[in-house]
Amino acid sequence: MNAGAGIRDSGFRRMSVRSGFSRTLVTAIAFLVLLSPVIRGQQGFRRTPGAVYDVDVAGKKSGPAPKHDISGIWEFAKGGGEGIQADGAKAMPSDGKPEHELPFTPEGRKAFMNNKPTYGFTQVPSALTNDPMPGCDPQGFPRIVLHNAHHEQILQTATQLVILYQFNKKWRVIWTDGRKLPANAEVPGWDIKGSPPPEARFWGYSVGRWTDDYTFVADSNGFDDRTWLDNAGRPHSDALHVIETYHRIDADHLEKTITIDDPKYYTRPWVALDKLPYRLQSASLEIPEQECVPSETAKYNQLFANPAAK
Amino acid sequence: MRRMLVAVAIGVALLASTLAAHHANAVFDLGKRLTLSGTVTEWFWANPHCLLRFDVKSDSGEMTHWVAETQAPPNMTPFGWTKQSFAVGDQVTVTLEPVKNGSPLGRILQVKLPDGKTLVAGNGLPPSDGSGARP
Repeated sequence: MNAGAGIRDSGFRRMSVRSGFSRTLVTAIAFLVLLSPVIRGQQGFRRTPGAVYDVDVAGKKSGPAPKHDISGIWEFAKGGGEGIQADGAKAMPSDGKPEHELPFTPEGRKAFMNNKPTYGFTQVPSALTNDPMPGCDPQGFPRIVLHNAHHEQILQTATQLVILYQFNKKWRVIWTDGRKLPANAEVPGWDIKGSPPPEARFWGYSVGRWTDDYTFVADSNGFDDRTWLDNAGRPHSDALHVIETYHRIDADHLEKTITIDDPKYYTRPWVALDKLPYRLQSASLEIPEQECVPSETAKYNQLFANPAAK
Repeated sequence: MRRMLVAVAIGVALLASTLAAHHANAVFDLGKRLTLSGTVTEWFWANPHCLLRFDVKSDSGEMTHWVAETQAPPNMTPFGWTKQSFAVGDQVTVTLEPVKNGSPLGRILQVKLPDGKTLVAGNGLPPSDGSGARP
């Protein structure tokens, strides 16, 4: 018998002579472990009843990834809760841990401290927030994928890659026709005859390309700096440049990485989503409607949020 | 049998704390639980959060009007909640996490319906969209 087995045997014998309470505790933990798959299943089951839910089945291998194709309806491979990101960008939550401290410039830190989020390490009571989004102002990109992210549907045409987002029924166009990203991020516009005059946008300007058969990379700039990066009040300036990488793993799986590059507010680029896995869903899945409704929000504030914050 | 019941209770308590620990929100008395029986006065199926309004009568006959929130509709339907889940006048038993300031407000964890069925808030997540009072 090796040493490890000896320790396990010894532990088992000790357990067998413990008090009744210990046995009860062990039973409770066993109950918890038994129940946990049910809970996990509930957390993962976040779609319209009756819709086809495509999940990974143990032992069933996905087919090969198609080339130059990330189209389809995608949902988080580990369940809908993956996209909530209440305390900020998934790879860098605002939790006060040193490893999640963002590389702010002095100007960036000042902007962060001026933002008053209702979640994260610098959260304030909801009555004191200056979060633009809950009043139904546009959350913009990249907050659409760094907070309350849900289903995404990707469409590909000869000249565009279009992403439809469930939350607030928004969409983005990533141009694949070879055009260049606006040269001046602070006064952005397409260098194409007939394009609208330059102006910053909540959703920015995006261009993308295939870097290999299975990897699509998009660059975006030209953002309106009124939006926040995430739910924890991380700011961005008008110099923001976002890099999105989509990597098709196989027929059923996609990974998304988001990198924030904003030299005015951050001393170096940082990764906000790190290879977040998605699972392809049935083409018949209808993405639920989820809108920000100002009149309903006003009633919610009157009946709940305002009295709760007093 | 008694030992098993205790075990189940401890298991549920551990599980509840796990779910409730997902995220914090400043207004809620985190971890506190209240179970209230009352009469539904409105079921507001809305964004960013649904609201269940109900009256609770105390032993002394005093009536308190409670307002309890859930997540937005698309986050509730997967767990069996619908716009038709409650009608005015329904007798319900609501388990919720109250707010800190003592107002009759809370975040729903589950509701026992008149027919004995229970609707569970599903994932135990708090409001996730940064909602709150607006200037």
